[in-house]
Amino acid sequence: MQIAHFTERPVRYVPEQPILENRAFFGVSNKYVDRKKSADDYNFYLDEACYCEEVGFDAVAINEHHGNPFCSGMVVNTEAAILARITNKVKIVIIGNPLPVIKHPLRVAEELATIDTISRGRLVSGWVRGAGSEQFFNNANPAYNREMFNEAHQFILDCWTKDGPWRYEGKHFHYRHVNPWVRPYQEPYPQQWIPGVLSPETVLWCAEKQYPYLGLGTALGPTCDLWDMYADKAAELGYQAGPENFGYLLPVYCSDTDEKAFEIGKGFIFGGGQNAFSRPEHTLPPGYNSKAAIRMLASQPGGSWLGVSKAKLMASQEDQWDAAAFDALRSKLIKGYEKVQEAMQVVVGSPETVTKKICDILKVIRPGVFTVFAVQGNVSDKDRLNSVKLLGEQVLPAVREFAKAENLTGPFDRAPGLVKLAPGTKRAPVVDRAALEALNLP
Amino acid sequence: MATWKEETKNLAGTDLVMVRGGAGKPLFVIHDEMGYTGWMKWNEALAEKRELFIPLQPGFGRTPRQDWMWRHRDLAVFYLNVIRELGLEKPDVIGFSAGGYTAAEMAAACPELLGSVTLVGPMGIKPDKGEIAEMFACTVNSYLRLSVHDKEAEEYGKMYGGEMSAQQFELFEDARAESARIGWEPYMFNPSLPQLLRSAANTKLPVLLVRGEHDAIIPPNCIEKYKEALPQAKVVSISKAGHRAEIENSGEFISAVQKFLS
Repeated sequence: MQIAHFTERPVRYVPEQPILENRAFFGVSNKYVDRKKSADDYNFYLDEACYCEEVGFDAVAINEHHGNPFCSGMVVNTEAAILARITNKVKIVIIGNPLPVIKHPLRVAEELATIDTISRGRLVSGWVRGAGSEQFFNNANPAYNREMFNEAHQFILDCWTKDGPWRYEGKHFHYRHVNPWVRPYQEPYPQQWIPGVLSPETVLWCAEKQYPYLGLGTALGPTCDLWDMYADKAAELGYQAGPENFGYLLPVYCSDTDEKAFEIGKGFIFGGGQNAFSRPEHTLPPGYNSKAAIRMLASQPGGSWLGVSKAKLMASQEDQWDAAAFDALRSKLIKGYEKVQEAMQVVVGSPETVTKKICDILKVIRPGVFTVFAVQGNVSDKDRLNSVKLLGEQVLPAVREFAKAENLTGPFDRAPGLVKLAPGTKRAPVVDRAALEALNLP
Repeated sequence: MATWKEETKNLAGTDLVMVRGGAGKPLFVIHDEMGYTGWMKWNEALAEKRELFIPLQPGFGRTPRQDWMWRHRDLAVFYLNVIRELGLEKPDVIGFSAGGYTAAEMAAACPELLGSVTLVGPMGIKPDKGEIAEMFACTVNSYLRLSVHDKEAEEYGKMYGGEMSAQQFELFEDARAESARIGWEPYMFNPSLPQLLRSAANTKLPVLLVRGEHDAIIPPNCIEKYKEALPQAKVVSISKAGHRAEIENSGEFISAVQKFLS
């Protein structure tokens, strides 16, 4: 198993009021940026990554979002490039570069090859489509998002493997002279891990490419369903999916006591997803989702993980936001925090509590990559580092032992797709549904 | 009462779904960016002396999407070929909002083929003052409400009132997706259009520019820019109306269009 530490690098000084007034993180005015505090935050997160390496994490993972203060990773490759130089052993996992949003795959190919070269082959390159909001904040046409993603991805692989100069005339991208004078250190190129929030299209795409799929804090039941879908597709394609094909990212905050962890862990309310604290108009840009996904949404007026629902999309934005409603909103968010803990989508507690819950989760979904999603919100340097320390010293050794006993092979232990499956052979299970039943989740 | 029917014909390389109604000289109607809204009072009034041809835009859920279409200009040329293949003689064209943008592109591409164009609250030219309202970064309901000044207008309720069905939800999402495909960037305008319209100015194609006086989707300067490009155009402002003059003050709208077309 590979164990990673992931953080969105939240802007920690941002006041609560403008976020509540905006009803979402996306779109909060950047007039609240404090240049000096921002410098403190960016530097702290780099130091924190070094500390993760020191306490025994196998990888540090970072990501990119735009136009909001819950993630300060506007240009993830810049931070990854610094990590390439200031860390020594850890894998640098980018989850991921939002290809359709960046709209310049040649540049991305060059940047990533540079990072892999400087780090002497420690890059794991993830790809994402960019959240709905990202399309607006980068003026990326959401109706071409999937097409641009697919085209950019293939173009980058070609950049990394084909001898130049060569000419490219695609549908969305055109380069008449492709000849990047940097190639990834790893041959032929770095591993690619794909994070997602349960889009079947993405899961099937990963299975076709033999890329590990990383569930981002997804509910355990639906996660099992989709991993079965991945494994079925893999079997169809002639290989047995195993733990090396799956990763799971879980919000975890560890402190000396359960009570303290619960309090500080409230920072998770300020994550991008679980609390459904997002504006509907930003969540579902036109053409971003497939026809099948829209049809499903149209027939199911209820909510989903990201808070998208037909009812919400149909709501008018003209309703005035009553300042007095903030208290009700806060209490709703806290309830959401408790609810996701019951569903084991957020884990907070002492090292003992956290270890037990993580192992229970791993038993069900059997991933080869386990990623700790560090706490969001205004949590101090000291409290953040304390969690890293406790995880490294007390939780990680126990989790590793459990993973070894359960044979949870990571993608660096065994290449995804390596175990072949003869046509007509029944595939082995990839999840443990009996263990899921035993958890008795709401 | 004029009869209308929906038919599907293979035209301009696809199975085009089209609403046809009325009798007389052809009037080619281009609906707006949210899709065809049904047969309204203004359709009925104009159909008394005209045969209305209302194609349902490719990609809006009924007519198949045309993967090759990137711009409103492509849609305009597609519609010009529909007119040619239907054998319509100098049809008058009326377009609404983004449909007005398409109609203007048709006038720019081939003014000789058309009898006249009526542009109602047309997008298509970037205003110097104000902006064309953002339709994508808001919910369907917000955009629809922004489009009307009189939110109690009877036909507005008829078009969009009540609980939205799953089918309507899908159609709106199809409309928004296709509008994004061809209008996302530059947002609902073609920087070349003012110059391209010189062909319609040179050929003195009759043009009517219509805007509701309280239109919140396109600013007055859009009409001024069209008028600069098309000096021969007549300009009409519809009182007590927003972006949907045809339903908010259908009496004034119908009489202005009938007068122009007569």
